[in-house]
Amino acid sequence: MATKQQTEQTLPTLDVKLKPFQLRSDKNPDWCPGCGDFGIVNAIQQAVSELQLQPWKVEFFAGIGCSGKSAQYLQAYGIHTLHGRVLPYALGAKIANPNNVVIATGGDGDGYGIGAGHFLHAGRRNVDITYIVFNNEVYGLTKGQASPTLEVGMQPKSLALPHISQAINPLALAIASGYTFVARSYAFDAKHLKQTIMDAINHRGVSLVDVHQPCPTYNDLHPKEYYTETVNSGQSELPRLQYLEETGYNGFVEDASDLEAYQAKKIAAIAEAYRLTDRVVLGTYWKVDLPTYADRLETNIPLLREYAPMDVPFHDDNMIANTDLSSACEEFVV
Amino acid sequence: MSRITETSWMIGGPQGSGVDSSATLFARAMAVAGFWVYGKREYHSNIKGKHSYFQIRASHDVVRSHIDPIHMLATFEDSTAVIHAHEILPEGALIYDPGLTKPEVLEMDASVKLFPLDYEGIIRELAEEEGKPAAKLAIVKNTISVAASLALYGVGVDVLEEALKGLFHGKKSKLVGINLKAGIKAYEAIKAIAHAQDFKYQMQEQPNKPEAESRLLMNGAAACGIGKLKAGMRFQTYYSITPAVDECIYLEQHSEYGIVVYQAEDEIASINMANGAAVTGARVATATSGPGFCLKAEGIGWAGMNEVPTVIFNYMRGGPSTGLPTRSEQGDLLFAVNIGHGDFPKIVLSPGDMEECFEDGFNCFNFAERYQTPVIVLVDKALANSTQSIKKFADQGLRVDRGKRVTKVDSYDPADPSTGLPKFPRFQITEDGISPRPIPGTPGGIHFLTGDEHTEYGFITEEPAVRMQMMEKRARKLLVAANEIPEHLQFKVYGPENADLTIIGWGSTKGAVLDALERFAEQGKSVNYLHIRLMSPFPVDAITRILNNAKQRLIIESNFTNQLAKLIRQETGIDIEHKAVKYTGRPFSQCEILEAVKEVQEKQSRKVVLINGH
Ligand SMILES: Cc1ncc(C[n+]2csc(CCOP(=O)(O)OP(=O)(O)O)c2C)c(N)n1
Ligand code: SF4
Ligand SMILES: [Mg+2]
Repeated sequence: MATKQQTEQTLPTLDVKLKPFQLRSDKNPDWCPGCGDFGIVNAIQQAVSELQLQPWKVEFFAGIGCSGKSAQYLQAYGIHTLHGRVLPYALGAKIANPNNVVIATGGDGDGYGIGAGHFLHAGRRNVDITYIVFNNEVYGLTKGQASPTLEVGMQPKSLALPHISQAINPLALAIASGYTFVARSYAFDAKHLKQTIMDAINHRGVSLVDVHQPCPTYNDLHPKEYYTETVNSGQSELPRLQYLEETGYNGFVEDASDLEAYQAKKIAAIAEAYRLTDRVVLGTYWKVDLPTYADRLETNIPLLREYAPMDVPFHDDNMIANTDLSSACEEFVV
Repeated sequence: MSRITETSWMIGGPQGSGVDSSATLFARAMAVAGFWVYGKREYHSNIKGKHSYFQIRASHDVVRSHIDPIHMLATFEDSTAVIHAHEILPEGALIYDPGLTKPEVLEMDASVKLFPLDYEGIIRELAEEEGKPAAKLAIVKNTISVAASLALYGVGVDVLEEALKGLFHGKKSKLVGINLKAGIKAYEAIKAIAHAQDFKYQMQEQPNKPEAESRLLMNGAAACGIGKLKAGMRFQTYYSITPAVDECIYLEQHSEYGIVVYQAEDEIASINMANGAAVTGARVATATSGPGFCLKAEGIGWAGMNEVPTVIFNYMRGGPSTGLPTRSEQGDLLFAVNIGHGDFPKIVLSPGDMEECFEDGFNCFNFAERYQTPVIVLVDKALANSTQSIKKFADQGLRVDRGKRVTKVDSYDPADPSTGLPKFPRFQITEDGISPRPIPGTPGGIHFLTGDEHTEYGFITEEPAVRMQMMEKRARKLLVAANEIPEHLQFKVYGPENADLTIIGWGSTKGAVLDALERFAEQGKSVNYLHIRLMSPFPVDAITRILNNAKQRLIIESNFTNQLAKLIRQETGIDIEHKAVKYTGRPFSQCEILEAVKEVQEKQSRKVVLINGH
């Protein structure tokens, strides 16, 4: 259903810019030295600072894993949830109170493994949240078992035997599931990552940012050096990291009501996510403006145009419940 | 001819053939006639074809349960008579389609009066008059059997008309006319049967008619939903499961209240979404039944650890596993009070009738917010799906308690945003164990939540001393709750003091026992009833006192292992000496309570197993 709708994001902002260090909590991260998680949390703090978000209007949810600890490190309402369940928490919070900014984070095992069902269905709903996945191809916190993004045949040092299950393609899966913003970035590309997170927060709808994250402790296949190495293209040495803009690809849907063009673009975006290359391609693969879950709710339930679900009045100033039950009881009256 | 003041009526048929709507119409008609009504619905986990039935008891006095025998069996196909004819009382009535049912082959009392009803003929006649194809009118056979029953009971056709108007209102009101015409023909058909006038069980007119429109004819699932609406719940998550889905559908039909009913991808999502919404400050619940309740365990533990006011309704059906999906059981009690790994406080309530469903539906949110802990409400299917006429809910003056919810922190100065940044001691150690709870969005309220053990700001810690403080703080809340929750919401004793026998029960058993108490009183037997509603924190002192003072004790519950008896023993050390159980998935009838008491009083039986009902 593609109809004319609001596409502008409205965020609760401050007149002044808080410094990123002011957005650090009092808790010091306990990640291994060199862990990509430092880069991601830094970028999130930078993005919140840059967007001038009111920190107390930010609900920062995380799953369980090394990545999940990030919920403790941003000076905002930080909620460390359950393994694989970060999306239900984030969705529940955003639906109940659309006035807060909801950011969800978690590991690749958390989101694409145990939480895969929620990952898929979050696409269908298009609730206006940003989901940032820390993709290190392993289960860091449980000491390096394979995550669903580890390619078949790979054997990081933590595995006793080569990996014999196939990897999923999170970007393609997200596009197919209905996410309306899908991007890839890299933990130590501070500039690109910060900008991508800002774009995702600015997007009205459900966004996925899949972030490649070195895990120096368990994943020796893709350390930091892998991303700074050059790739031999036959003629020349090219940097490992490539930006989508350089390829001429554009994944932005101009007009979602043109169903044929929309469909074609979606297939092209999935194809782009599957393109074989030795390089790591960063950028926004897919973006489309569709009605959000809140928009659709308002169509079904007009009262919600006036109130957030949690703010629908139900008592008077003396705390006496004042919901009139007559229409709820009508069918039963005898 | 003497008439009766109370009757038991049954209609049955294949699922999907309109048994429910017939029963609803009959119940409504009897209520319109001024009687008090109770109805029990039994159905298979099947959409079309399998046998289902609805049993309705109507009386001059309030009724809360069914009795086993029936005065009248209304059928419009063959299987119901085959299955249920033996339950008809001597000189009771069988209404049947002579083209389909052969009474001579039925196993039933020889004195049962036969009332053949030419359904096809009536429908054909109606079709001709209306100029419509007979096949299109087949559904009025439900009305025909109800009308025939009313005619036999001596209830006027004006009552039928009013009941039809109540049932078909709004967009459906055009259906009143055709159904009424069909009904009138059924009245005439019954009048044409000579022995109809001598039918023994005609209902005496109600001398104390309750005022029109002063009552509700409803089921427990809707009563819970209405309580929740009154409490301000505007968000409910669920994943489809019988019988919890009934309440969710009911609520979704009432979007005028601004309520979001969210069908999640599974029960794990449902509980965790509810937790997320509760963290953000909403009054939110999730509803489920057995299998889904199992999936919610981890999420309930998270709410306990983070002191989040999430409400969970578990509609109890027969277990284990998918068990008896559409039947009733009180089999989830011990699981509910122990759900989740580790020790954390939780409040567990179990309503026993429509009024208690409404009350608990309202109060559970007050308790959740006041004690900042998950609240589980256990409702047995027998209650959720039963129909009962009740007085309108007493819904005025109900007080909302949001506990230590914080939406403003004084130190915040809008001119200086950095004053909104300091962290807040969300898990501050307090005397009552309850800490101030800022709602996300509140400047100056920033804090952290985690399922790991945490400091008062919500930072992860494994310090033994902090761990101890936090465990103790969380546990203290439950002691406070045990002291504060008003006694009448915890338990109640019905009937005479110092009775010779005290029955103990919970949930829907209440209806059958209260009805039985009236019979005991008539028989001059001294029996009372201890009804327990609050399962956690368990009212240890009061229950211990009552049980110690009881002369003889009989606990009645519908599960295999006597779960409430075990809980009582665990909490009070008292082993109740007489037990009655039922685990067929069917609720207790009033007769079974009488039977159990007889077994205990006459034979001193330690354990009685009850089995009635199909
Ligand atoms: C229900 C449940 N099962 C298992 C675990 C154990 N566990 C903790 S973290 C984790 C995997 C983390 O991997 P990932 O999500 O990729 O995060 P990372 O540590 O790599 O950041 C597992 C399996 C758990 N906490 N909960
Ligand atoms: S195990 Fe890997 S992911 Fe976890 S903190 Fe260490 S380096 Fe980071
Ligand atoms: Mg990982």
